[in-house]
Amino acid sequence: MSKQKVNKEEWLFEITPKNNLLSLNLNEVWKYRDLLMLFVKRDIITVYKQTILGPIWYLIQPIFTALIFTLIFNKIANIETGTVPAFLFNMAGITTWNYFKNCLQATSNTFGSNAGIFAKVYFPRIVMPISSVITNLLRFGIQLFIFGIFYIYYFYFQGAEIGFNRYSILFPVLVILMGMLGLGLGMIISSLVTKYRDLKYLLNFGVQLLMYVSAVMYPLALVQDKLPKYAWLVEYNPLAYIVESSRYMLLSDGTFTMNGLLYTGIVSVIILFLGIIIFNKTEKNFIDTV
Amino acid sequence: MSETILKIENISKQYRLGLVGKGTLDDDLKRWWYKIRGKEDPFLKIGEVNDRSTVGNSDYVWALKDINIEVKRGEVLGIIGNNGAGKSTLLKILSKVTGPTTGSIKSRGRIASLLEVGTGFHGEMTGRENIYLNGAILGMTKIEINSKIDEIIEFSGCERYIDTPVKRYSSGMTVRLAFAVAAFLEPDILVIDEVLAVGDAEFQKKAIGKMKDISQTDGRTVIVVSHNMASIQNLCTRVIVLKNGKISFIGEVNDSISEYLREDRYIKDGLNTTDRKGNGVVNIKKVSVFGKTNLSKPQTSMPFSIKFELENRSNVLNTDLRFDLRIDDEMGQRIVWLSNKLLHIDSNNIVKEVLFEVAKLSLNKGVYNVTTYITVNNDIADWIQNAFSFEVVEGDFYNSGNLVPMDQSKVLVDFNVKYS
Repeated sequence: MSKQKVNKEEWLFEITPKNNLLSLNLNEVWKYRDLLMLFVKRDIITVYKQTILGPIWYLIQPIFTALIFTLIFNKIANIETGTVPAFLFNMAGITTWNYFKNCLQATSNTFGSNAGIFAKVYFPRIVMPISSVITNLLRFGIQLFIFGIFYIYYFYFQGAEIGFNRYSILFPVLVILMGMLGLGLGMIISSLVTKYRDLKYLLNFGVQLLMYVSAVMYPLALVQDKLPKYAWLVEYNPLAYIVESSRYMLLSDGTFTMNGLLYTGIVSVIILFLGIIIFNKTEKNFIDTV
Repeated sequence: MSETILKIENISKQYRLGLVGKGTLDDDLKRWWYKIRGKEDPFLKIGEVNDRSTVGNSDYVWALKDINIEVKRGEVLGIIGNNGAGKSTLLKILSKVTGPTTGSIKSRGRIASLLEVGTGFHGEMTGRENIYLNGAILGMTKIEINSKIDEIIEFSGCERYIDTPVKRYSSGMTVRLAFAVAAFLEPDILVIDEVLAVGDAEFQKKAIGKMKDISQTDGRTVIVVSHNMASIQNLCTRVIVLKNGKISFIGEVNDSISEYLREDRYIKDGLNTTDRKGNGVVNIKKVSVFGKTNLSKPQTSMPFSIKFELENRSNVLNTDLRFDLRIDDEMGQRIVWLSNKLLHIDSNNIVKEVLFEVAKLSLNKGVYNVTTYITVNNDIADWIQNAFSFEVVEGDFYNSGNLVPMDQSKVLVDFNVKYS
């Protein structure tokens, strides 16, 4: 035993059957930062190759979803959005929700869709999901920009009662939390899915169900008012909190509390760490089961 | 030179055969149950030797079992073995693609692995973009690639296409580009799997040359797996023979290669029938190879005979029989082809025995493998790949006491030199 200790210093690294649970190895990830950025670049320039509209697809999807939501939930089902134009209300929710959804969907398939590369070469596997989150951040930026255009239109030409407030500067924090949640959950799912594929099917409609309890197409207050029994489902959902807060920050509509932000932050950190632990445990041998 | 750079200790790898389903869930739960009670993983005790062709009783096999190797700095280590011997598994563990079940590997240097050329190539991106991406996947930084990009492009010989999407490349060009990136990696230990078997002859030569450079000039360590004995012989300083997940031999290149080639093939009456096809109308029963007399070994420049005893129940005549001998050298290179159909046949016999006779054997010293091919009225009757091998002892072909070096020529030709 003592002899081993002496030798330990001399070796650059060691390959053993088990990974340390929390060995995040940020050093290693940092060494591969060029790879991270190259993956982001690859994803961006190759996604819409050989399409006519190209990156315009990034814009079409949220605009049309917002339109349909406005028609169905606000015009037909008469959900009140207060002084805020229903279209803007929906678009704000959809834009933030989409960021989470895209992160989750991209990262949850990390092992499956990259099995080809992972089977042949080693690099810190976590580079892949992180690069998806960054890619989606850029997509989110584009969608936020188009939201801004509508925002200006409603503000100046329709005289809508919307505006920023002092909490608006916290908006980037919400985005980061959203990314952390998407990354964490995605990594958990991607790890579980390598051996048993059942979760893959659960994910698709699970995301849809989740959207309905995340206050995307209705204000939080409405649930508390109409369904007080089940309101906790939405209240304790960190995603609902982020969506609701983002509307507050962007449109000054809805509710926001610092405690809620703290709660969401803690949940996000826990989920992210859980994700990293499970991911670390899986990455070593997943190639044998995938 | 003699410093140990890589130490492989007791590496084993267990795989579960069959499908993933409820059965694996049961095993997983059992494993977990043992683990929380602080007991050893029950599945590590079972598991069978990984022999591809025999049906076993256990769902678990050991693809590798207790592998111990020490690799020195600057060494080129070859790994050879039959399909399923565990070569690729070992490389995968070395390159951290998958983890070992037990044991550990300690390294003093950075390992880069090339289990495939062009990993992560994206068809929609240009050659140049792919060089950056592939380089980064293999562990280079952007600065490193920037400093080498011109050399890489030049080495690949794809200058004209470098800003065209890779999906427009021919497959050979893709491989060239990919290998060029890998060739400029500068790890302490390079792990390579079979990648030399790609590209055209010119490029292969270039690739092998580059690999020699890496080990000899730069003093890097290379670990290479290949089925191509010629390139193993050309490159390696030491060779490991793997068999059913265990090391069966470690040693000098030529010793290891002959050990591998000799390794227990199923031989009965001089025949190795592991790869036998045909309808069996005529079958080879027994073969004997001899030199000048029934008892002497084949020798260069001496008379040489191969005698076959046939099983011929349908009384096939020699005129309906075609009997080919395909003689390969140790490296699998075809050297000679003989066939009874090449000669004029002047009698009608029911065949019981076939004797090939050579008056003056012109094969150089070495070991040769023979594939036999028999057809009866153009239907394959008995076709045995590498049916047997024989060794030729050196002999004085030119009656001058001077011998032709083995690696210069396998076949000797009578010739004359005239001076004036």
